[in-house]
Amino acid sequence: MRFGKLVGMDIARRNNVTVTGNPQGPTVVLAHGFGCDQNMWRLTVPALSERYRVVMFDYVGSGRSDLSAFSEARYSSLDGYARDVVEVCEALDLRDAVFVGHSVSAMIGVLAADLAPERIGALVMVAPSPRYIDDADYRGGFSAPDIDELLTSLESNYLGWSAAMAPVIMGNPERPELGDELKNSFCATDPDMARVFARTTFLSDSRDDLKSVRVPTLVLECTQDAIAPREVGAFVQRSIPGSTLITLDAIGHCPHLSAPEATNEAITGFLAGLR
Amino acid sequence: MCRTGRQTDPADPHPDTRTDTDPDTAAGTDTDTGTDVEADSGKASNAAFAALLEDSAEDLYESAPCGYLSMLMDGTIAKINTTLLDWLGLDREAVVGRMRFTDLLTVGGKLYHETHFAPLLRMQGRIGGIALEMKQADGARMPVLVSSVVKYGGGGEPLLIRTTVFDARDRRAYEEELLRGRKAAEEARRQAEADRARLQEALAVLQQSLLPATLPPVPGMETAAHYFTASPDRLGGDFYDVFPVDGKRFAFFLGDVCGKGPQAAAVTSLTRYTLRAAALHDSEPVAALSTLNKVLHERYSAGGDPRYCTAVFGVLEPDPATGQVTVRIASGGHPPALVLRADGTADFLPTPGGLLVGVLPDARFVAATTVLAPGDTLLLYTDGLTEARTGEDRDTLYGDEALRAFATEHAGRRPQAVIQALTGLLDEFGDGLDDDTALLALGVPASDPVPDPDPDPATKSTR
Repeated sequence: MRFGKLVGMDIARRNNVTVTGNPQGPTVVLAHGFGCDQNMWRLTVPALSERYRVVMFDYVGSGRSDLSAFSEARYSSLDGYARDVVEVCEALDLRDAVFVGHSVSAMIGVLAADLAPERIGALVMVAPSPRYIDDADYRGGFSAPDIDELLTSLESNYLGWSAAMAPVIMGNPERPELGDELKNSFCATDPDMARVFARTTFLSDSRDDLKSVRVPTLVLECTQDAIAPREVGAFVQRSIPGSTLITLDAIGHCPHLSAPEATNEAITGFLAGLR
Repeated sequence: MCRTGRQTDPADPHPDTRTDTDPDTAAGTDTDTGTDVEADSGKASNAAFAALLEDSAEDLYESAPCGYLSMLMDGTIAKINTTLLDWLGLDREAVVGRMRFTDLLTVGGKLYHETHFAPLLRMQGRIGGIALEMKQADGARMPVLVSSVVKYGGGGEPLLIRTTVFDARDRRAYEEELLRGRKAAEEARRQAEADRARLQEALAVLQQSLLPATLPPVPGMETAAHYFTASPDRLGGDFYDVFPVDGKRFAFFLGDVCGKGPQAAAVTSLTRYTLRAAALHDSEPVAALSTLNKVLHERYSAGGDPRYCTAVFGVLEPDPATGQVTVRIASGGHPPALVLRADGTADFLPTPGGLLVGVLPDARFVAATTVLAPGDTLLLYTDGLTEARTGEDRDTLYGDEALRAFATEHAGRRPQAVIQALTGLLDEFGDGLDDDTALLALGVPASDPVPDPDPDPATKSTR
C-alpha cells in the first residue's frame, strides 16, 4: 500500500499532475496536445469544476513535467504517451474517467482506453486527426515535406527555452516571482523533445485504432481548422461506432481557447448524458 | 519629438504662434511651451526639414520599415500596410477581408502558428519575436519575425490582433548557418561515439585473446588469478596463463611487457602464443624462455624499437600418490615468486641471474625447483603490486617486504582466499595503483588432495 502510494506520487510529479474541482464528482481528465501544456485548459476548467473532479497533467517532455524521465525510444510512438495517461490514471486509481484529449491527445486517449479499458469510460476528442498526411483517398491535409517544414519552424523558435531557463521552467511552480521570466513558458519545450513529439504526432497513423473504441465518444471539430480539416472530423466520427460529431463554430485548432463557451457547452452536455 | 530648438525671437509680437508645420502641433500635443518661434533666417531650411518629417499617421503606417497588419480574432485580415503587401507581392483587395493571417504563412509556419503562436497569444494577450516564413506571390519564402498583441474592449473582451512583421532574411540565413554548424557538430559527435563504441568492442575482443577466459582445472590443485588494467582502453601489458602440456604436466607463466596500451598488448600477444607453442615443443622452463627471447629479439631489435618483457615460466608435475606437486620454474628478469607454506610462513623462491627477455640475442635464464605440499601455494605477481604507491602523499612504494609480510599473514589459506585478500589490497591502493597488475596463485588444497570442488576456481577482473 505504502509502496503504491509512493509510486503514485512519483508519477504525479513526473507528469505534473494537478487535481481540482469537485472531489466527489466524476473524474474528467484533460490532456493537452502537441505544442503547449495543461494551461491550454484554463478556460475549460471553470465550466467543469463545480460538478466534476478535474485532472490535468503534462506529458513527459512538455510543460513542467520531469524532463529527466524523457526517453526518445518511449516517446517515439504514441503508445509511449498513452502509457503516460495509463500511469497517471493508475497513480490516481481512476475508474471510468472521461478522457478529454486535444489534437494528438485525442488519439492518445483512444490508445490509452485500449490499454486500460477499466480506467477510461468515455472519450471527448477535441480537433482530432488519426493521420495528418494524405494517403491515397484519405485526406489528412498535409504532405510529408510539410511536416519537415514544421520541424524547421520548431528549430527556429525556442519560445524562451534555453538551457539556462530549463530548470526555471521545469521546477519552480512555487516561485511566482519568476512569472515574468516564464513568459511563453507554456509552450517552451526542450527543442529535442519537441522535435520527437512533433515527429511522433505528425507522422502517426492511428486510423485503424479508431475501430477499437468501445466507449461513448464525442468528437469536436472546428468549422475551419488548418490542422484537422472537416473531412478528418467526419472520418473519425464514421470510424468510431456510435460516436457523436459536433462542429463548433470556431476557427483554428484550439476551440477551447478561441470558442470556450461553445466548447464547454458541448463537453458538459456530453458529460451530463453519460450517466 | 521634432522640435526645431530655435530661440524665441524677441521681435515676434506673438510668441505663442506655432509654425504650421510643427508636427507636434499637427498631432495636437500640448506640451509645447510656445516659446520656439522661427527666426526669419532659419525659416526656409526648417520648413524643408519639417516637410521631410511631414509623416501623416497613415504614411507612417503604410510605409513603415516593417510589415503591419490588424486582424479579427478569427484571423481575418482587416488592415495591412503597403510595406507588407510589397514584400509579399499581394494586392490589398485580394487580402483585406478575404484572407486570414495563416493564409500568408507556409504550411510549416501554419502548423507552428496553430500549435504554439495562436494558443500563446490567446493565453498571454501578446507574443513576440516568433520566427515564421511567409509565402510570397512568386512562390518564394520570406523569413520574418512576428510579434502580436491583442486589443481588448472595455469589458476585457478581445477585439482584434495587431501584428508587426520584420524582415528576417539576413538574420535567418545566419541562423541557418549556425544550425547547420550545430547539426554538423552533433553528427560528428554521434559518429565519434559510434566509432568509440566499435573500437572498445574490438579492443575487448583483443584483450580477451591475451588472457585465458578461465583457468583449466589442474588435478590435485587449486588455481586463482586476478587481473587489473591501468590503461583506459583496457589493453594491458601483463599476462598469465595455465595450460596442459601432456597427460600429467601443466605449464604456467606470468609476465609483464614493457609499456602499456596497444603497443604493449601486441608484444603480450606474441609472448603468450610463443610461450604456449614453445612449451608444447619443449616444456623445460629455461628452453621455453630462451625460445621467447629469440623470438622477441628477432622481431623487435632490428626495427630500432626494442621490446622486451619479464616473465616467470614453470611446469607443474602433480604426484597423485603423495598429493604433492613438483614445480620447476625459470625467470627472466621477473620479481621472484612467493611460496606460502601450510605452516604459516612465506618466502621468495629465488631465481637469480635471469635477464630481461628479448634484450640480448642470447640470454641466460636460471631454473629453480620447489615442491608444493598440501596447504602450500605458489604466488606469482607483476610489479604493479610491489610498485604501487602508498602513504598519504603516494610517495612510498609498497615493496617486496610488505608483500612478503602480507603473504605470511595469508599463508596456509587456499589460493582463492589469497587472491581475494590481494584484490582487497589492490582496492585499498586506490589511485596509488597505476600500473597493470596480474596475480596468479597455484596451490595444493590442504585437507583434500583431490581437485577442488569450488565451481569457480579463477577470479579474473579488470577495474
